[in-house]
Amino acid sequence: MTVHQSISDETRPAYNYAYLDEQTKRMIRRALLKAVAIPGYQVPFGSREMPLARGWGTGGIQVTAAIIGPDDTLKVIDQGADDTTNAVSIRRFFERTADARTTEATDEATIIQTRHRIPEAPLKAGQIMVYQVPQPEPLRKLEPHEAETRKMHAWAEYGLMQVKLYENIARFGEVTTTYDYPVMVNGRYVMAPSPIPKFDNPKMQMSPALQLFGAGREKRIYAVPPHTSVRSLDFDDHPFRIQSWEQPCALCGAADSYLDEVVIDDQGGRMFVCSDSHHCETRRAEGHRGAMLADASALHLVEDEAKP
Amino acid sequence: MNMQVNPQELGLDPAPLLSVAGVSRFYGERIGCADVSFDLWPGEVLGIVGESGSGKSTLLRCLAGIDKPDEGQVLFRGGTEPLDIYSVAEQERRRLMCTAWGIVHQNPRDGLRMDVSAGGNVGERLMDNGARHYGKIRETALDWLQRVEIAAGRIDDRPRQFSGGMQQRLQIARVLVSEPKLVFMDEPTGGLDVSVQARLLDLLRVLVRDLGLAAIIVTHDLAVARLLTDRLMVMKDGRVVEQGLTDQVLDDPHHAYTQLLTSAVLTV
Amino acid sequence: MTTMIHVENVAKEFTLHNQGGVRLPVFDNVNFSVAAGEALVLAGASGAGKSSLLRILYGNYRPTSGAIAITHGGRQIDIVSAVPRTVLDIRRRTLGFVSQFLRVIPRVTALDIVRDPLLARGVSPEEASERAKAMLARLNLPQRLWDLAPATFSGGEQQRVNIARSFVDPSPIMLIDEPTASLDANNRNVVVRLIAEAREQGSAIVGIFHDEAVREAVATRYLDITDFRKAA
Repeated sequence: MTVHQSISDETRPAYNYAYLDEQTKRMIRRALLKAVAIPGYQVPFGSREMPLARGWGTGGIQVTAAIIGPDDTLKVIDQGADDTTNAVSIRRFFERTADARTTEATDEATIIQTRHRIPEAPLKAGQIMVYQVPQPEPLRKLEPHEAETRKMHAWAEYGLMQVKLYENIARFGEVTTTYDYPVMVNGRYVMAPSPIPKFDNPKMQMSPALQLFGAGREKRIYAVPPHTSVRSLDFDDHPFRIQSWEQPCALCGAADSYLDEVVIDDQGGRMFVCSDSHHCETRRAEGHRGAMLADASALHLVEDEAKP
Repeated sequence: MNMQVNPQELGLDPAPLLSVAGVSRFYGERIGCADVSFDLWPGEVLGIVGESGSGKSTLLRCLAGIDKPDEGQVLFRGGTEPLDIYSVAEQERRRLMCTAWGIVHQNPRDGLRMDVSAGGNVGERLMDNGARHYGKIRETALDWLQRVEIAAGRIDDRPRQFSGGMQQRLQIARVLVSEPKLVFMDEPTGGLDVSVQARLLDLLRVLVRDLGLAAIIVTHDLAVARLLTDRLMVMKDGRVVEQGLTDQVLDDPHHAYTQLLTSAVLTV
Repeated sequence: MTTMIHVENVAKEFTLHNQGGVRLPVFDNVNFSVAAGEALVLAGASGAGKSSLLRILYGNYRPTSGAIAITHGGRQIDIVSAVPRTVLDIRRRTLGFVSQFLRVIPRVTALDIVRDPLLARGVSPEEASERAKAMLARLNLPQRLWDLAPATFSGGEQQRVNIARSFVDPSPIMLIDEPTASLDANNRNVVVRLIAEAREQGSAIVGIFHDEAVREAVATRYLDITDFRKAA
């Protein structure tokens, strides 16, 4: 058994490498293997108590703990940002328990644990996305009985999912689901992509990266192996569309990234900026400049790396 | 001279749509229904009458694929090959139940999705069967709402905003939209007041004739049976005590229980 | 002429299980035939079983014993032992029953009631409407009533709708039970003519007529039921 190398201080508890005991990691890996073998299928697993409350990413953390090794470089994002409390805490957790190198750079990471976003920078072969999932069952709100939803998955009876989209269009003229937008994986299982914006759904399609999903509270693991079809559900005459914005990112000028609205004063002033903080910084470093970058910089809201 | 005739020689359907043989369902020592056998032919409407507790609803559940009978067989000839509905995989039975079969429940809440609009309720079976064109689904739903006399303007309203009679008509549209061959109805007019009942009955009568549906209708109301059914089975204590043409059974009942039943009605 | 109905040794007895199993014999050993183009009028005192016999011919009452051959689709079929769907087919194509009362179906208009048998026999909707209207006009039913449901009609009006429905496309065999009971003389004559026309077209008619004049005008032959009355 590999005991954490860097714990030399005798007063610190002797955590096992990556916190979880080896038997648990083995159990999770088995579940992961099954999940990869059946893309989109929800595999039950014995979710453990973690040193944070369920609902704060315990599923994702357990998956990461089961796959991380000393050679890995971990990136953690929360709402697209690398510097939010949750992201920082989870990164620190693995730095301390798994000797992991951490990074904010998407292309340097081997494992990217995420809540709410897929990075803007294209993923590569060899990278693993780990999604934190609050509700793994896409049919749950439509069909309350677990036994029934399992049968529906087993026999691919997905008319009801379509009814939900129908209701949206009937009521609002379009599908109003903007996040956790249901997808069909490998032409077989309907899957909840976790609460990522539907903007990110196309990034899952035929992605060269391995995508793993962990739901700690609901005790489910599922996966999309590399180069697997992930199609967002839609109607022939109401095809799936992603969000778009009328203006580019106010800081880096990107016109093709997912933007967050930021209120900047109490006069109704606002700006739209990339939700992927690393992507935005990278672009600014490359010299891309958005309309409000100078103002933001003057207020020390951002560091303007491009400034001479 | 031979005066017997095989109906097939008259150009009638050569094979029954549903063949029921020796169906029994027990609840411990108690009999739910016992040893029921009959054939149902395409386009035929069979009524099952009897008082509460006579086993008619138990029988319907066995026939409709909801409760597996303890004994007996239910064969359905929807396609070319007869299908023993309790020996096929559950998947196939479920498939059948959302295509070639329909079940109209007594309480519309059991048959409708109360949080889904009228259009979505009617469209669900189409989407179950692979329809993915919103405009066409909506068009079909509109057509069906009109056939069951629900105003087109109510298509986006939810069933809980509907009256009991409207809910029941919506349930019927939801079932018939997939053009089933066989429909099971459990007290379809139960719980409705008399004028609403009449409207629903007439609607059912017209739909059954226009679509050439075969149907099995459980009711305790002999007037409903008279109006809607071709044939009647009278049940008592889980057993069929008399069966035949509806007007024969009601006008010239032979069994003591049927005589009691028909004489207990003020006007049939 | 073709024999349309052949009745052989028919007996009928009612058993009232809920009244101590009392048995009510109606008649016994009934034998007769009716040919196409004949109008057989059943005679006998009230309560002799005329209506019961008519209902037995229709397959509505089941005789205690005996056989009734109905000529249907070019062959003779025993309606007593026939399975339900055969009986229904015989009624649909061969055997019509004109009762005293219209069974009113809520919300169905008079015109639709009359059109219905034509549609069931595959006549086009347009032609069915034309023929139904002509028949209603002939029976002097006011045109304003055609598109109303007969539930609110008077007894005579309902009866005329019922007759129109039966004679709009006369069946090869017509069983008629007191069709003129509440009609005025004028309409009674129309009904008599309708029956005569059906007979001339080859229908076999078996009927019960209370009205002496109608009976005389319609009958080609009489059958007295009292002769079969079982000694009780």
